[in-house]
Amino acid sequence: MPGPAAAQSSDSEKPVPILTGTAGYFNFITAGQNQIDEQINPVLLVPLGDRWLVEARMECEGAFQRPPGGGPYGGEVSKNLDYAQADYIANPYLTVTMGRFLTPFGIFNERLYPIWIRSLQQDPLILPLSAESSDGMMLRGGFAVDPKANFTYAAYVSAIDTGHNNLQSARNVGGRMSFFFPGTRLEVGASFQKLLQDTRTNSFGFHFAWWSTRLPLNMHGEYARSNQGSGYWVDGAYRLSQVHFWQKAMRRTELAGRAEQFFSGSISSDEAAALGLPPANTREGEFGVNYYLMDGLKAVASYGRQFSSAGNLNLWTVGIAYRFLIPLGRSGAL
Amino acid sequence: MKAVGGRMKITLAILAVTLALGSFGYDSLAHAEGPAGKKDAASSPVAPTYDVDAMRVQGELRYRANCGRCHAAPRKFPPRMMATVLRHMRVRATITDEDMRLVLFYMTQ
Repeated sequence: MPGPAAAQSSDSEKPVPILTGTAGYFNFITAGQNQIDEQINPVLLVPLGDRWLVEARMECEGAFQRPPGGGPYGGEVSKNLDYAQADYIANPYLTVTMGRFLTPFGIFNERLYPIWIRSLQQDPLILPLSAESSDGMMLRGGFAVDPKANFTYAAYVSAIDTGHNNLQSARNVGGRMSFFFPGTRLEVGASFQKLLQDTRTNSFGFHFAWWSTRLPLNMHGEYARSNQGSGYWVDGAYRLSQVHFWQKAMRRTELAGRAEQFFSGSISSDEAAALGLPPANTREGEFGVNYYLMDGLKAVASYGRQFSSAGNLNLWTVGIAYRFLIPLGRSGAL
Repeated sequence: MKAVGGRMKITLAILAVTLALGSFGYDSLAHAEGPAGKKDAASSPVAPTYDVDAMRVQGELRYRANCGRCHAAPRKFPPRMMATVLRHMRVRATITDEDMRLVLFYMTQ
């Protein structure tokens, strides 16, 4: 009897380099101020042999606003290298990653960040509490510890403090571990990070992800705490595929919601603003609708309300997100 | 600064030793299995065997359990693209080796 290894045995199934990524156009209306956001985030995946994968993602984002008092839209186009890493699959339990990689703290930054994946386009308030990218080395892997449970881990050291605007990273060490229970489709985990420079502070967090076996519903959540602040977010997305009327449209429609809260830490409001954190304790609720026009293409709309001692405000989002996937070689017959 | 540099060296040394032990331990298992184990070194030495129908069923189960955790289930892509995507997802979402192979089998049938 063939084992699972047979699945990748023939030449027609050898991996081919791929250019993938996302493109999006959004209007973010915050407290009545419209921001036009255009972005393209290409991802290059180059498999080498049976064990290597070289991958990189760039984020090119233009954010344009009218100046106070009116006038034409203007703004900057930012270009960031999110990751450029070489992955070596040493064995079924261990993958070694070298280069610039997404910091494995919680789940949003690594897995939910792309615009075609996230159910609501606004970033969670606590996202800036951990470094987005790190430069160094990481060990990671996942394996079954029991027929009903998988264990996953990631441990890393970021050895470079670049300080460069487009290549921000800091010297830190940390890790994440989680358990995934395939039967209930529940994942729970914890993350830790220690900064090895400046304030040498610790950060920690917890996360969960759940994908219902009975309903087209998925939920995610994170809690994080550091000297810069603490907070949590919980979101859910429900696909209306079980609704009995207008089925053609309903099965393409998804309702999404998020509740979150941020508590200020021991840094000043100016330092918080520089990091992208709210300047004061903040609560936020957001509700949205996503409509999948086709695989990888969705229209999004959402409304959120933010409550803060610095001022309450409304958050409106309208836009479109697209995921592209282009083989850079013969891809074989489907 | 000197103390910080010293801790960094210790951390890197621990990582290097862990990597070396991991590779050595796996190579030992692969050699113990004989030539077949050595030829397909990236496969799990403890992976159970399935017949084709069972692999398809298991592949669909694992596809539904793993992919839906983060995003809407994607459509099928050509086999060589699917192999690259799954290698990427193995790293990004720490999908197990066995899950990756079964999902790949299901998605390329």
